Amino acid sequence: MNTALPATVIGGYLGAGKTTLVNNLLRQANGKRLAILVNEFGSLPIDQDLIEAQDDEMITISGGCICCSFGSDLTEALIKLSEISPQPDHVVIEASGVAMPGAIGSSIIVLDRFQLNGIVVLADSTTILDQANDEYIGDTIERQIIDADLIMQTKSDLITSAQSAHLNSWISKINGKAHIVQSSFGNIAMDVVLSAAKIPKETAVSAHSDADYRSVSFNPSSFEDPRALAKALVGGGFGIIRAKGFVRDHQQNSFLIQIVGNQIDVSEASAQNDPALVCIGHVEQLDVNGLEELFQDEHSK
Amino acid sequence: MSGTIIYSARKIITMNKSRPTTTHVAVRDGRILATGTLEELSSYGSHTLDERFADKIIMPGFVEGHAHAMEGSLWSKVYCGWFDRADPSGKVWSGVKTIDAIVDRLKEADALLDDPDTPLAGWQLDPIYMDNVRVTREQLDRVSTTRPIGVLHASGHILNVNSKALELAGMLKAGFNSPSIPLGDDGLPTGELKGPEVMTPVGMHVGFERNLLDADEGGLRNFAKLCVRTGTTTITDLASRMDAEAVKMMLNVTAEDSFPIRLMPFRFAMGLTPEELLQEVITFKSRSTDRLRMGQIKIVADGSIQGFSARMRWPGYHNGAPNGLWYIAPEQLSDILHRALDAGVLVHTHTNGDQATQLVLETFEKALRAHPSPDHRFTLQHCQLADAAQFHKAGKLGMCVNLFANHHFYWGDEHYNLTVGPERATRMNACRTALNNGVAMAIHSDAPVTPLSPLFTAWSAVNRITASGRVQGEEEKITVDEALRAITMGAAYTLHLDGEIGSIETGKKADFAILEDDPTACDPANLKDIGVWGTVQGGRIFAAEDQ
Repeated sequence: MNTALPATVIGGYLGAGKTTLVNNLLRQANGKRLAILVNEFGSLPIDQDLIEAQDDEMITISGGCICCSFGSDLTEALIKLSEISPQPDHVVIEASGVAMPGAIGSSIIVLDRFQLNGIVVLADSTTILDQANDEYIGDTIERQIIDADLIMQTKSDLITSAQSAHLNSWISKINGKAHIVQSSFGNIAMDVVLSAAKIPKETAVSAHSDADYRSVSFNPSSFEDPRALAKALVGGGFGIIRAKGFVRDHQQNSFLIQIVGNQIDVSEASAQNDPALVCIGHVEQLDVNGLEELFQDEHSK
Repeated sequence: MSGTIIYSARKIITMNKSRPTTTHVAVRDGRILATGTLEELSSYGSHTLDERFADKIIMPGFVEGHAHAMEGSLWSKVYCGWFDRADPSGKVWSGVKTIDAIVDRLKEADALLDDPDTPLAGWQLDPIYMDNVRVTREQLDRVSTTRPIGVLHASGHILNVNSKALELAGMLKAGFNSPSIPLGDDGLPTGELKGPEVMTPVGMHVGFERNLLDADEGGLRNFAKLCVRTGTTTITDLASRMDAEAVKMMLNVTAEDSFPIRLMPFRFAMGLTPEELLQEVITFKSRSTDRLRMGQIKIVADGSIQGFSARMRWPGYHNGAPNGLWYIAPEQLSDILHRALDAGVLVHTHTNGDQATQLVLETFEKALRAHPSPDHRFTLQHCQLADAAQFHKAGKLGMCVNLFANHHFYWGDEHYNLTVGPERATRMNACRTALNNGVAMAIHSDAPVTPLSPLFTAWSAVNRITASGRVQGEEEKITVDEALRAITMGAAYTLHLDGEIGSIETGKKADFAILEDDPTACDPANLKDIGVWGTVQGGRIFAAEDQ
């Protein structure tokens, strides 16, 4: 028997951080097969290092995740998604900047094979109050907030705590029912986003514990042995919980490295990919200096 | 085509200001060699004199600057509109005035279908004229309980379906909690689906396919037949998604010897990044033919006034409805306008509400400063609520307007009473103000929203009569001559085609509307009733009765 496919809508105005959040969800997917639907394949919606393959229809992402563009027909895209095999575990819809997330939610509730798990609306902490006063888009901004089950104040590291409190109370006046969380760099625990409508209001969603992950990118030139490099990343005490990307050996063969916890997967990539490796860890544990040294040492070999 | 044919006529209204009327036109190689008396034209050498139009009036082929080719496809479904309307074969379907009458008409169509499971679809239902009565699935169940049935409203934004259709879509169940899905006393959906986001999953079961916006092959031929019947020789498809298959189909169909129109599809701006959009459109442009002119972009800024989705400035909607919706973010609008001006690609933008018009004017002004383009012809489509200041600004920026004159007849009363109130309803589609401010102007039908018929559209702008028979906006009337110019040279200008079509003069395409009577001599109140014999397009003759 088929169970309904859970879906989450991510809304918010242009620049609110929707794409950053989506990429962070993908980095945390950890075996969960996410299907991301974006309004258009804009200036690439998915970080390059996560992409395994891409054609006009779909971007294939490591760990069984995918990303499709729905253009002007979301329903068609959703029905197609429900027919692919294997089924994704969860669908995330990134709304366009002026879309009403509630209307997108309506598209989901009429489809038998889907269930709406919640609407997350992002509010750019640095600009949303100005946007709300804009004569053209002000009411659009407010109506997006009204539709939300969960509101993320993004880029919250760029405002003071007093400003954040002010913003919080402004949002609460517009939507008193939704949870409000702060985040920066799109860092928030995946489960919070994917089950936005299911978090009881009384539950404290910690503002900061979810925002404490950091990612660092490297563009190394080449390595003697990519497999040895991967082992060093896991065993070297660098605090990495996830790492992913492409590296090359001295013969310029391209390798895909994926690390989740202690699990290592290194495979030779079919195509030549530019070297890029992203390492993620808890902000207090990720040893960025150590990693930089590691890559320096490897280079000199 | 070779040789010269001279057509005689009772009168030729040329729309060429240097020689406004004449009696003969010489055609060679599908183009106009010259106009004048037979004696004057004889100076061009050997010719054949063709007197088949000797008792007719010849005008330039009409140019419809805002229509959708999907009108042709909709005629494969059952017409359920309030007003009488002619189909592509010329059969006039009487308007249906009650829900019972709609059920009867659907029953007739049902009886013609052998398979009890085949879907049945109707279109153009408009309960506004029936005191906004709500249609229910039980009423449509009277037509059939075995086949899925759906009736699309004239707005295109509401669909009524029967129980079978809901069942097939998995929606015949309790538990919906959405204003888009009204529920009956039994807790089940009533069968009314409000808005594209809830219509689509059911629509595909009743014959409203997902890509409703695009005409299919048969629909495109039907669309062309309607053009011949109404004297139209060049028409836009505003807009089309233009995927590779659709473009191939359009290239094939328009190349057929018997295809009687020049089609100008605009690429819908959604679904691509601005960068990709421009690239794609420029590629299309290079594949254009005489009868398929690709390479333009349509942007939709807001929704519709009667649907309360148009973006309004203060004081907003007359009945207090909340402001409408943006269909594009201001930043994205700006991005496309900048890139299109830079690349020299024509953009027409749909703005219904006056706030949407204002946004486009302000955004366009900045883009124009960045990319000076003296002859861009960027056009505000509909632009229904623009005031004098906005028309003035549009004129100064070199923008054109294509006003929705037909709207005034079909929904003018609704606008007066409900949507925008007496004052703004009176100045809607202000043709007089547009012309007084020197704005290049066309007028349109937006078929299938209202029926294609440039002469009706001209009549609407001249008389400004609403469906209830009131004159609304005496001061915004234009003259018959101005209205005829709007449906010929005016529309051609907004499409950058005024050097090729829109008037009867040397060098232009031999595109004619062949009329039974003289629109400049009749009572202006009868302008819409002038008979159309057919058209000449690129020198090829198309009689309405052969369509």
